[in-house]
Amino acid sequence: MNRYRRRRIVNRVMELIATVAALVAVAVLAIVVLSVAKRGAGAISWDFFTKPQALFGQPGGGIANAIVGTVLLVLMAGAMALPVGVLTAIYLTEFAARRVAVPIQVVIDVLAGLPTIVIGIFVYALLVIGHTQSGLAGAFALAIIMLPLIARATQEVLLLVPSTLREASLALGVRRWRTVLGVILPSSVGGILTGTVLAVARAAGETAPLLFTSSIFANTVQTDVTKPLPNIPVLIFTYSEQPDPALHEQAWAAALVLMAFVLVASLAAKALLARSRRKLVG
Amino acid sequence: MTEGITMTRVIDVAQARKDAKPIEKNDVVFDIQKLTASYGRQPAISDVDLKVYRNVITAVIGPSGCGKSTFIRCLNRMNDLVPGARIDGRILYQGDDLYASGVDPVEVRRRIGMVFQKANPFPKSIYDNVAWGPRVLGMRKDLDGRVEKALRGAALWDEVKDRLKKNALSLSGGQQQRLCIARAIAVEPDVLLLDEPASALDPIATSAIEELMHELKRDYTLVIVTHNMQQAARVADMTAFFSLDVDEGRRTGVLVEYDGTAKIFTNPADKRTEDYVTGRFG
Repeated sequence: MNRYRRRRIVNRVMELIATVAALVAVAVLAIVVLSVAKRGAGAISWDFFTKPQALFGQPGGGIANAIVGTVLLVLMAGAMALPVGVLTAIYLTEFAARRVAVPIQVVIDVLAGLPTIVIGIFVYALLVIGHTQSGLAGAFALAIIMLPLIARATQEVLLLVPSTLREASLALGVRRWRTVLGVILPSSVGGILTGTVLAVARAAGETAPLLFTSSIFANTVQTDVTKPLPNIPVLIFTYSEQPDPALHEQAWAAALVLMAFVLVASLAAKALLARSRRKLVG
Repeated sequence: MTEGITMTRVIDVAQARKDAKPIEKNDVVFDIQKLTASYGRQPAISDVDLKVYRNVITAVIGPSGCGKSTFIRCLNRMNDLVPGARIDGRILYQGDDLYASGVDPVEVRRRIGMVFQKANPFPKSIYDNVAWGPRVLGMRKDLDGRVEKALRGAALWDEVKDRLKKNALSLSGGQQQRLCIARAIAVEPDVLLLDEPASALDPIATSAIEELMHELKRDYTLVIVTHNMQQAARVADMTAFFSLDVDEGRRTGVLVEYDGTAKIFTNPADKRTEDYVTGRFG
């Protein structure tokens, strides 16, 4: 009886510790969000979203140029990484023999774990030295970060597609590529989009690669991608180094915008995934 | 007791087969010679010799693990999709070796359709499930007519004609399986292979599938794998009994006996067949 009581108490204690750990994780996020919101909320206004950065030493201004630039950067990066990532995943799950797939898988996982500053300096050496900084170079660096994320996410949803569906299609005398196009991709589109959205959210906040490739930008809205594109992460970084407290507040506000974007993207991704699951199960 | 079971079986089979016409044995569709199929080093079936005749239903029966599914999957080269699968011996399909070097397995599957144990409709509409195969394979002329014909052929038209745009996964299990049959016949194969098509269905859906097989016999050559002996007795003209040879711990499927269904169930030549059909083992 005594032993029974002891086990029950141990169980309760461990449950309590685990619960507290979970609460701590939530608390950390809550503290970050709240402190960023508290410090940045004051700078949020209509002008903040619609006006470009103020000229040096002048009050006011917003981050419109950085928002436009960040959107352009992640769109370009997504356009580069999405096809390569999805095709890589298709190759690994549908075509490659096991002994080829396993090493490629390892390479992709290593790529996913590569420090982003390494990617930044690589692209700097490849595309910036001898040329100039440009939005394209920045997008290319971000694409390298997104590629393994998209490939991994796509692979996971492709593996969710039951093998009986592949068999059904192949048994009709349909070629593998047509099977991929007609049966496998349609049932996994939701999951692929989810992975892409999460990768975009991740890339939108990356700073290190952009410091090398797209950090010396004009304080006006820039849409020429051969020039450095203004972007939110680098703006946060530079503003936080300025002596002007008004710019500090704007940096916090920009951080808040970035965070809100990530949050919205995650929620959208979750909704997309739920929809695609329903589609597969019926 | 066993005697009693034998007697009822005899009567069942005799009654079921009273109307059976003599089997035309001059038109051979599959001539299987010394077929051995292995996964890795382990042969799943060994030295199978068997002829399948045109417009005849051939049943393959036997205990679990005796290689029935392996055998039927050799007939349309579905086993090619299993890594490590290997074939020795020959399968002549209308005189041509299915495994000759110049033969395209996709073309083989195009002519020799297959229905699987578990209904595996695509997560598409009922219409698209049937239309997809013909569309991809370039049979785009009068697609609506082709879909209707296939659904009628699978005895499903009346049940679904008003909801062709509905998702196929909303159908019942039996309807899904008939949809899979419709999908298979929509591309007009010569042969239909059925791998335990009714094993996951209730008795009513099963009898619908069995009736359908009698209809399909007029246009197609059918090979059905079943673990249900009554089903073989009810539908098949010819029956092949597979069993397991256990030799030094290795279990290999072998063809024990192949003959007219009535003969197999009432007067088998081999003791093992008799033991199996009378329920003494398996």
